[in-house]
Amino acid sequence: MVTEYSTIGEIAGPLVVMNDVDHATYEELVEVELPGGELRRGKVLEVDRNRVLIQIFEGTRGVDTAKTKVRFLGRGLELAVSPDILGRIFNGLGIPIDDGPKIIPEKRLDINGSPINPYARIYPQEFIQTGISAIDGLNTLVRGQKLPIFSGFGLPHSELAAQIARQATVPGAEQAFAIVFAAMGITFEEANYFIRDFQETGAMERVVLFINLANDPTIERIATPRAALTAAEYLAFERGMHVLVILTDMTNYCEALREVSVARKEIPGRRGYPGYLYTDLATMYERAGLLKGEKEGEVKEGSITQIPVLSMPDDDKTHPIPDLTGYITEGQIILDRSLHRKGIYPPINVLPSLSRLRDKGIGKGRTREDHAELANQLFSSYARSKEVEELAVVLGEAALTDTDKAFMKFGEAFEKSFVQQALDENRTIEQTLDIGWDLLRMIPKIEIKRIRDEYIEKYLPKEEKDESVSENES
Amino acid sequence: MKQGRIVKVSGPLIVAEGMSDATMFEVARVSEKRLIGEVIELHGDLAYIQVYEDTSGLGPGDVVTSTGQSLSIELGPGLLQSIYDGIQRPLNTIYLQEGHYITRGVDLPGLSREKKWEFMPNEELKEGDEVVAGDILGSVQETELIVHKVLVPPFVKKGVFSRKPEKGSYTVEDTIAEIKTEDGVQEIKLYHRWPVRTPRPIVKKLVPVKPLVTGQRVIDSLFPISQGGTACVPGPFGAGKTVIQHQLAKWSDAEIIVYIGCGERGNEMTDVLQEFPELKDPSTGRPLMERTVLIANTSNMPVAAREASVYTGITIAEYFRDMGYNVAVMADSTSRWAEAMREMSGRLEEMPGEEGYPAYLPSRIAEFYERSGRTICLGKDERIGTLSVIGAVSPPGGDLSDPVVQATLKVVKVFWSLEDQLAFERHFPAISWLTSYSLYHDNLREYFRNEVVEDWERVRNESMELLQKESELKELVRLVGIDSLSAQDRIVLETTKLIREDFLHQSAFDPDDAYTKLEKQYRMLKVILDLHRASLKALEKGVPLGKLIDLPVKEKISRMRHIPEDRLEQFDEIEKEIEAQVSSGLVESRTVEE
Ligand SMILES: Nc1ncnc2c1ncn2[C@@H]1O[C@H](COP(=O)(O)OP(=O)(O)OP(=O)(O)O)[C@@H](O)[C@H]1O
Ligand SMILES: [Mg+2]
Repeated sequence: MVTEYSTIGEIAGPLVVMNDVDHATYEELVEVELPGGELRRGKVLEVDRNRVLIQIFEGTRGVDTAKTKVRFLGRGLELAVSPDILGRIFNGLGIPIDDGPKIIPEKRLDINGSPINPYARIYPQEFIQTGISAIDGLNTLVRGQKLPIFSGFGLPHSELAAQIARQATVPGAEQAFAIVFAAMGITFEEANYFIRDFQETGAMERVVLFINLANDPTIERIATPRAALTAAEYLAFERGMHVLVILTDMTNYCEALREVSVARKEIPGRRGYPGYLYTDLATMYERAGLLKGEKEGEVKEGSITQIPVLSMPDDDKTHPIPDLTGYITEGQIILDRSLHRKGIYPPINVLPSLSRLRDKGIGKGRTREDHAELANQLFSSYARSKEVEELAVVLGEAALTDTDKAFMKFGEAFEKSFVQQALDENRTIEQTLDIGWDLLRMIPKIEIKRIRDEYIEKYLPKEEKDESVSENES
Repeated sequence: MKQGRIVKVSGPLIVAEGMSDATMFEVARVSEKRLIGEVIELHGDLAYIQVYEDTSGLGPGDVVTSTGQSLSIELGPGLLQSIYDGIQRPLNTIYLQEGHYITRGVDLPGLSREKKWEFMPNEELKEGDEVVAGDILGSVQETELIVHKVLVPPFVKKGVFSRKPEKGSYTVEDTIAEIKTEDGVQEIKLYHRWPVRTPRPIVKKLVPVKPLVTGQRVIDSLFPISQGGTACVPGPFGAGKTVIQHQLAKWSDAEIIVYIGCGERGNEMTDVLQEFPELKDPSTGRPLMERTVLIANTSNMPVAAREASVYTGITIAEYFRDMGYNVAVMADSTSRWAEAMREMSGRLEEMPGEEGYPAYLPSRIAEFYERSGRTICLGKDERIGTLSVIGAVSPPGGDLSDPVVQATLKVVKVFWSLEDQLAFERHFPAISWLTSYSLYHDNLREYFRNEVVEDWERVRNESMELLQKESELKELVRLVGIDSLSAQDRIVLETTKLIREDFLHQSAFDPDDAYTKLEKQYRMLKVILDLHRASLKALEKGVPLGKLIDLPVKEKISRMRHIPEDRLEQFDEIEKEIEAQVSSGLVESRTVEE
């Protein structure tokens, strides 16, 4: 049932209010025809008798009250999917914008998706090797996880995300994979960095791109991650692929949402973001994971692993966007400006970073038996080195005990040879763990409390080398 | 069953006209899809309804039918081992019927209608006996671990049996007995319905006297919660709220666990579902799942049902409490519940209070925690049951001035404060020993003294004093350096380091370490304090500080978490070594002097 009206009563920001509409429904998709014939899309935010509030994705510039026509399409915003979406580029609403052939849809899926029944999930436990020590060793990514990168302006989150996309493998498993990439409000150069990278590595034909750039309509970005995740769900759970979803930059998404909320004059939550931001983000971040298979105990083929990227305004982790994200995702990788200034790439601050799925994804049979204990030891030793560093700033190095000094040295070496690696350096998990063990030689053995003797005996390198461990880095 | 029509849809809130017969908190079915909603405000013939399912596609003109029933759940055999959404729809059955995604308009009862239960009547009952609400009619072995006592429901008035319960195999809907009351003959079934927002009646509350033993050292030894008590766990993301709640659900000595996943991650519920059937109850060896009920209204599921989920959970808990069980409820996270209230309140255009939360937030929180307690239950035998409530709170940015934290702290008696600094250092559980507290020490003193060990309290207090002292000393060190400390103070720092690293630190993922019984907790702490005292004494006698710092016995102390519960005599050996090493230090230092 399509019904057309030209009864726009008010226009405010990205919103219009229509009067005398008969049969609008909540979340319904509308098509807006401007006086010049230009077509735009919108969705119904609220219906009150025959008064309807609509958000227009491409904005309201040029919309008037007299001649603009609005058609109610009787369905929500959908994405046309088929295996042919691989290798294609879409705009933020899921409409193809490359000059490829028309996609003949196998089906149309509502971009809002439906909540996964928690009973239908399988707990993610399969280790993904990203080749990046700060992640693999300490904040391990597993297949089906949602693990965001918290970054800041000017920090190399794009480089890191692209490196993960390039290097991520599940050791010992050759399976169909795909990458779904959604750009929200980022610059052309940034988006192009990814596209070039996909092209150079030959991954492009396994990538689906959804692009809403900084100069594209703001409100459209509200649909972008949802369209991307719909494509991901289709590829993962209907086509059995292992899908890595990169969403960047979620901060721009949240700002678009705030813009709508302000225009609706809603009671603002913290820093002007709407009170439902948590729920809104959760309905996207939760679209990740693994599902049960046909038979009891089986895993359904396919998975969705999410790496959302967000920039923290003022590098502030307690800002509502990173804060609410951290409350939903299964950990976070935090980039740190002071490490970046020291020239360390990737500038991952491992201490506040976290992978909540690590514990069940590592260890014997997955990575290596000593992994968990070694990681805990590296964490606490590095934390201690930071404490000592602070002390040294106040009291001077002379006031430090020998043990303290050893920890301080350890901390520096840890950043230089464990955290730091080259943009194209792909370390195996064994290499990562071995670097960690090598570093532990720098602290007194009695201080190695988190690792059992058996492993210390087996893995701690015995021969005394006096110089730093940088030779082991390769 | 009158029908009204939708006039407005705003997210999970709809307004319907023609609803003059509706009553507050009544359930209404919305649209042809028969989505479930609850009346939360009435103005003339307009009913404001919060809908527990996604409302997209609804619009003016769609029908709304009132049901005459308030939001209620089914209580009877079959609750244990279930996983429900916020309004008690069985997620396992939904999965079998609908597949991986939750679809709308699913209408499934909370308890199976087909399953037959073997009912054993209470032998003492005779035809013509007088019965009152809460009397035990008999029982059903619900799981191997738990006997489900079948009680006269609270709403049945005093009466006499016109048909006494008989042994047999019944579905939940079969009548097992009839009671003649002043309201006529009441048929009793294995289940009944109860409105979730109404606390189930009790005879009276008693003061708590026993700890809820959790096996978590920092909790049991320093900040215990009682059976029937309340606790809250606030902390920033990733600080360890969920892991603590899971640890309590696994190892605490409650007989029944109701775990409410309120607006949190799907995988965390999957984790419980996969792990609990594998884990064995320490006292009986049966799978932990047999004593557990799960409520999962995860963050991606409809917001309004999230609001209802905590009530559904606590009502189930009260029902088992009424049988005389020790029940514990974990709610993770109460902040999501509060946010759901805020969202509905905003849509109702109510006057916002602090941070946009409705003004009634504190009273709703207080009412929820008030449903806990150690109580005399209904019924002639005056059974005692307990209901403990442990709520996680997720304040924005970890800021404890958050209205939900503040309102919670006003009513709960135990505060386990999680600090992100500790979590960054991977000191888990990241419960701060400086800011946390328990107000149950007075209630529990007797128990610890009589049932565990005479000087439990002394050991606890001494440890707390040392930790307090440590924070002062550390401040000093930060200002003037370690050299400014006296040798005695250095010993204090050595001791507190052991308390922190070898006692308070406890890994949830190490099977040896995840659970520690009270006796062992005591021995661990006592060894550390004994070493402390011996060291101070040795210092007085002239043993050099360096010697005491490097005592070889510390190695053993750092491994004492691995001492098996049935080999506690190994602690005697450590005590002996302390003795020996400290006095050998004495001998040596004497030889040096000579
Ligand atoms: N007792 C513990 N032992 C070992 N590791 C722990 C413990 N507690 C927490 N952790 C670690 O910290 C991580 C985060 O804990 P958890 O998921 O409980 O945080 P949370 O406070 O519930 O966060 P959120 O508010 O985001 O849900 C865990 O995944 C685990 O790695
Ligand atoms: Mg949690």
